[in-house]
Amino acid sequence: MALDDFKDVIHRCFRCGYCKFTSNYTDFNCPPYNKFRLETFSPGGRMWLIRAMMLKDIEPSQHLADILYSCTMCANCVEECRFKFHDDIVDIIMEGKASLVESGMVPPTARDFFKNIYLSGNPWKEPQQKRGDWARHYGIPVYKPGDEYLYYVGCIGSYDQRVQKMAGAFGQLLLRAGLSFGILGEDEYCDGNEVLMMGEQGLFEYLAQKNIELFKERRVNKIVTLSPHAYNVMRNKYPRLGGDFEVVHYTELLKELISSGRLKVPGGRKIKVTYHDPCFLGRWNSIYDEPREVLESVDGVELVEMRRNRENAFCCGGGGGNFYTDIIGGGESSPSRIRVREAADTGADIIAVACPTCMTMIEDGLKGEDLDEKIMCNDISEIVLDAITSAEEG
Amino acid sequence: MPVKDGNSLYAGLTDILGQEFVSKEPEELYIYSRDSSANPPRPVDYVVMPSSVEEVQAIVKLASSKGIPLIPMGAALNLEGLTLPLKGGIVVDMRRMDKIIEVSEMDRYALVEAGVSQGKLISYLEEKYPMLQHSVPDAPPSATVAGSCLICGYGHLSTNYGTHAEMVNGLEVVLPTGEILRTGSAMLSTSLWFGRGSLPDLTGLFLGWLGTTGIVTKLSIRLYPRPPIRDMVIYMMQDSSIVPDVVYRITHTEVAEDVSIVGQERPEWMKGYQIIAAYVSAHTEKELDLKKSYLKRISKEEFKSKVSFMEEAPGELKEQFMELPFFATKVADWKKGGGFEYVGAIMPIDTLPEAWEKGIDIAHRFDMLYSYAIRVVEGGHHVLFTYSYPFNRADEVSMHNALSALKETQKLSLALGAIPWKPEVDGQKEIIKKMDKGTFKLMQRIRKLLDPGGIMNPGNWEVD
Amino acid sequence: MASGEDHVYEALRTIVGDPFVSRDREELYMYSRDPGASIPRSADWVVLPSTTDEVQKIVILARDMKVPVVPISGGLTLSGLAVPVKGGIVMDMRRMDRIIEVNERSRYVVVESGVSQGKLLSFLKENYPMLRHSMPDAPPSASVVGNTLIYGSGHLSKHGAHSEMINGLEVVLGDGEVLRLGSCALSPYWFGRGPLPDLVSLFVNWFGTTGIVTRLSLKLYPSHPLRDMLIFLVQDPKTIPQAVSMITSTDMMEDVLIVASRPPKAPSVISLLTVYLTAETHEELDFKKELFVDMFKDFGQEGSRMVFTPKEMLPQKLIHGFMEEPQYAAATADFKKGGGFEYVGVVLPLSKVPVAWKMGEEIARKHGFDPLYTVRNVGLGHGVVFAFAYPFNRADEESLQRSRDALADTNDMALELGGTPWKSELEGQAKIMARMDPVVLSVMDGIKRVMDPGGIMNPGNWKHG
Ligand SMILES: Cc1cc2nc3c(=O)[nH]c(=O)nc-3n(C[C@H](O)[C@H](O)[C@H](O)COP(=O)(O)OP(=O)(O)OC[C@H]3O[C@@H](n4cnc5c(N)ncnc54)[C@H](O)[C@@H]3O)c2cc1C
Ligand SMILES: Cc1cc2nc3c(=O)[nH]c(=O)nc-3n(C[C@H](O)[C@H](O)[C@H](O)COP(=O)(O)OP(=O)(O)OC[C@H]3O[C@@H](n4cnc5c(N)ncnc54)[C@H](O)[C@@H]3O)c2cc1C
Ligand code: SF4
Ligand code: SF4
Repeated sequence: MALDDFKDVIHRCFRCGYCKFTSNYTDFNCPPYNKFRLETFSPGGRMWLIRAMMLKDIEPSQHLADILYSCTMCANCVEECRFKFHDDIVDIIMEGKASLVESGMVPPTARDFFKNIYLSGNPWKEPQQKRGDWARHYGIPVYKPGDEYLYYVGCIGSYDQRVQKMAGAFGQLLLRAGLSFGILGEDEYCDGNEVLMMGEQGLFEYLAQKNIELFKERRVNKIVTLSPHAYNVMRNKYPRLGGDFEVVHYTELLKELISSGRLKVPGGRKIKVTYHDPCFLGRWNSIYDEPREVLESVDGVELVEMRRNRENAFCCGGGGGNFYTDIIGGGESSPSRIRVREAADTGADIIAVACPTCMTMIEDGLKGEDLDEKIMCNDISEIVLDAITSAEEG
Repeated sequence: MPVKDGNSLYAGLTDILGQEFVSKEPEELYIYSRDSSANPPRPVDYVVMPSSVEEVQAIVKLASSKGIPLIPMGAALNLEGLTLPLKGGIVVDMRRMDKIIEVSEMDRYALVEAGVSQGKLISYLEEKYPMLQHSVPDAPPSATVAGSCLICGYGHLSTNYGTHAEMVNGLEVVLPTGEILRTGSAMLSTSLWFGRGSLPDLTGLFLGWLGTTGIVTKLSIRLYPRPPIRDMVIYMMQDSSIVPDVVYRITHTEVAEDVSIVGQERPEWMKGYQIIAAYVSAHTEKELDLKKSYLKRISKEEFKSKVSFMEEAPGELKEQFMELPFFATKVADWKKGGGFEYVGAIMPIDTLPEAWEKGIDIAHRFDMLYSYAIRVVEGGHHVLFTYSYPFNRADEVSMHNALSALKETQKLSLALGAIPWKPEVDGQKEIIKKMDKGTFKLMQRIRKLLDPGGIMNPGNWEVD
Repeated sequence: MASGEDHVYEALRTIVGDPFVSRDREELYMYSRDPGASIPRSADWVVLPSTTDEVQKIVILARDMKVPVVPISGGLTLSGLAVPVKGGIVMDMRRMDRIIEVNERSRYVVVESGVSQGKLLSFLKENYPMLRHSMPDAPPSASVVGNTLIYGSGHLSKHGAHSEMINGLEVVLGDGEVLRLGSCALSPYWFGRGPLPDLVSLFVNWFGTTGIVTRLSLKLYPSHPLRDMLIFLVQDPKTIPQAVSMITSTDMMEDVLIVASRPPKAPSVISLLTVYLTAETHEELDFKKELFVDMFKDFGQEGSRMVFTPKEMLPQKLIHGFMEEPQYAAATADFKKGGGFEYVGVVLPLSKVPVAWKMGEEIARKHGFDPLYTVRNVGLGHGVVFAFAYPFNRADEESLQRSRDALADTNDMALELGGTPWKSELEGQAKIMARMDPVVLSVMDGIKRVMDPGGIMNPGNWKHG
């Protein structure tokens, strides 16, 4: 794919702006547009600017880079654009970024991101050999051929202290369910979803190939991912590069384990939970029900919906590499802070997430809003695990 | 026209708004110098996004002291290039001012800031005041409420209650001098926006003026009851000359909430037909039945075989027709080209048959298919006849054809005694040519009075 | 001045011909007062033009001679709006009384400014039985134009105030320029105001200070063969907003009117809410009746109900009066057997009706009156015109004065509530302007300067400072 492949599509954007909204127009649902408000930051604005760049009416520039890289690839525009070509919008934006990569005009933070991943396999230049350290504490095994599932953790789950707990919780649930599985540990490498979303196609292919080779070498058949981002790229992009694996997201697997009775979830304490749909699970892959079903299977959990949910969920602001590049920036009108305020409006005790990126963003949002004392951010495994252990403790 | 004294102006603007909401970057200038129409781009010098009346005032004062043009902009969806500067200057994007300030349920009005979108008001009322509605144009929901009112727009309640300009209770405006003017009942009490009242009317000074008299910052519009049941019936005929009669009969019953007439060459089955959709709303099924029986009687008793009547529109068609806002934007993709232009012409219904037939000629002459949407306004006092011309943004010839067809249609409209709606700058000149000389002189004097420096959207409503 | 006067007189004679100019005491007497309670103000000449051309010539004359021109079309405002404040020429428009055109399918009529309500009513009944205009309850001699230009309201005000029914105007500005506003500015059709820069509004509620309207296009509406009414006894005026809101939410009524008065010999004030209905068929009429009767079956509690009162239970004379079009509201004038009444009309939001009601009662009692109200719904509950009336005996100065005092208090109260007083007399205008922002006043002044550079148009009105 290249930008040129979209040359019969790109001008079809009318700049009508359906794509800025939720389906019932309650809010602007494109995070960067909501923040910056200049028409350039809307999905249609991006479409027009990318076309202008193709026509050479506009030169690549740092500002253009900010406009494109502030896109979180949340796919709200894909969901809401009323035209037949709507599926192409995020691909076009991705290709737009690719052009910027080619012309060497990406935001400095994005450049660091690429460089670090290329050199270290993760965005923070963390040592590769420490990638699996977190797992020891939970007794989570390393994958060996013959195991049913490869548990793919991803960069954030491996290195972010908060998210390590999330990764651990899911691992413990798998152990309790008696599944044979393992992680790659110090052999795990970045999945490449963000790199792809940010237009570094060369780097993406390098990462994907590397992963595919490794998976094949380890005779992996089934992969369960912690991150919807990894899920997305492995499920939808790897096959074209020869990586055909059965990929599930951890919420799907939990759902199956619980409904088949392999994982018993006794009633826990009474809590009100609201669920934040991750873009790469929801809009990108239409998985809305499984996470909710898992939550609802926990006795005592009362699930309440935020104003914007499912197809209309408001992105946490972390996608498209923004959890790292931080182009949208902080402040009151940053997506994560808006989102946690919305969660607070439901009266929930817990914001349930199902994505490492969301977890870091939402945690930041809670701190920013001074809500971290009031509402907790937990991932779905943590909630399930907590119900199980607290029942055991009686 | 390059703006002189650029740096100090930019500094002045950022003093008022901060860096984030002022731009002179090529990207913003590119986007704001183009709209979704086929109009060629017109250069913009700065884009600003104020968030309060005070900021608007400060911008206006600054621009006025430097003699820089100001172009107020809602969503720029007018499709006539009305927010593209004719003489450069600062585009004032109003959409950060998007608060719904007040809804008075009993007095049936909403006071909103100028940047509030149609979509926002729709969803807000649906959620908080399900008994009330406003008149929704068929424009994309991102269009602003203010924009539609200020250009005398039309929506689904216009068939009964008139143009959106007529639904304006009052305005808050920053005059080109930087002063704030409130009109309507708010002239006496800034907290009551219930109507224009029995005071010397100043509201009209901003309706239909295309941003040449001031920047509207707030407006109060009428809301209407929303009956819980909404349905529609359809009349089809193959003779444009009987449409005025049919419409007259329909509107005589006073039971239709909205009456629209469509005609298009695609899909094939629609070709050659006039299709009248009459919407009915009601509180009870019984009321609905009664109203529908009235509409049915017309076709049976008066037009017999000439008109076929459908009490139930076919499923998919109905779904499309019932959507609010109606997804008119789809025309934009007919040519797979991301654009369409339309001429809206306001005319008495008697001229509809001629407008219909001659419009087909024009469309065909420019290698296009005819596509009409016509809305009956205020119980039939006039109709808004829109001719749409889709084009392909990537194809010069197609854009040129659309523009040429547009001009021809405008000429046709004027010749028929119709008035082109929200005309682009050439259309404005055609109108002025035909207009009573004294009337135009008065317009100029009013403008001079309100905007002595000539900074408000200059080039509009002017002769060369 | 004397030679100037002569010149004006002579010039007027040349323009309109002898019988249609006067400076005789009889005419000057008549045109110096109206049927309201205001103190007479003198006129210098009276002239009756018959064409726009003559109007233009007169205005140019007045402009050159710097004498005021005061247009009068019906002279029934009761607030002296067509009585000169600074002398000059009173221009009586009533010779210009042609109904120029009816466009049946686009439902409008173009009338000259002297056409009376009565004339239009009968003309339509006879020639266009499917059409009607919104008839005010003024005497039929009130003019269509005068009434429309001052935010009149009538039987079809669910479509808005009459000013909202203007489709276009032909006007003569203060400098003598004749122009057309609305679609007629560039089209042979007078079908609407827009979508042009709106200038029609510069004649709405300006009381002749911006120019003289010579023609007006008025919207017409469907007329249905059946018309009937339902009367409800209002137990508690606090429920009126709710009731009107419910009624108007159906858009099935023709008109909603609330009247409060103390009929002769009655022990107390009676308040009646009337819903007028029209229909094509009896089935439709029955449906509507049932709808509204049912609507109020469970409304409120004892003491706050709307009690449906079948027509048969009320005096036939009253019913007959209610059904008349226009209603014979002028009967009020004879309540005191004194040939006069005056009222303050106020445009109010519906929600303010109860408080206005209560405060009006206090004012009435304070000045020795019983409350006498008419409240008409405008739009779909978008506002009301609330009229507080005070009948007086023209032969009794004390009674006149009490009326004036009550009016003044009512004006204050109305302003306090945020209402806009309707067709205010000079004092009322002064009170209104005292509440206006200086920016509003300066724009108003500017508009007047543009439209009437010489300041000759009905001067003294809308004048501040
Ligand atoms: C597919 C489609 C269908 C449409 N259907 C309809 C329809 O059914 N009915 C209808 O009425 N319209 C329709 N339109 C037209 C469009 O909706 C209107 O032009 C739009 O509502 C105007 O709103 P806007 O926010 O886009 O205004 P803009 O285009 O931004 O502005 C319109 C004009 O108003 C001026 N203006 C804007 N804001 C201010 C302000 N605050 N103060 C002073 N001046 C201001 C601008 O300078 C400009 O001259 C349609 C458009 C499209 C694309
Ligand atoms: C008993 C009674 C009941 C009434 N009930 C109602 C009612 O139900 N609804 C209602 O709306 N009104 C009602 N009225 C008020 C009366 O109808 C209005 O005063 C009347 O409609 C105004 O019309 P007019 O012809 O008397 O105007 P005029 O008094 O002639 O003029 C009114 C104002 O307009 C100006 N004017 C007049 N003609 C022109 C012109 N051609 N060009 C420019 N300016 C002009 C005058 O200078 C004056 O300032 C009632 C009055 C009475 C006496
Ligand atoms: S992406 Fe689709 S919805 Fe968004 S502006 Fe373009 S055409 Fe409209
Ligand atoms: S993907 Fe999300 S952030 Fe990017 S343009 Fe679309 S709606 Fe905006």
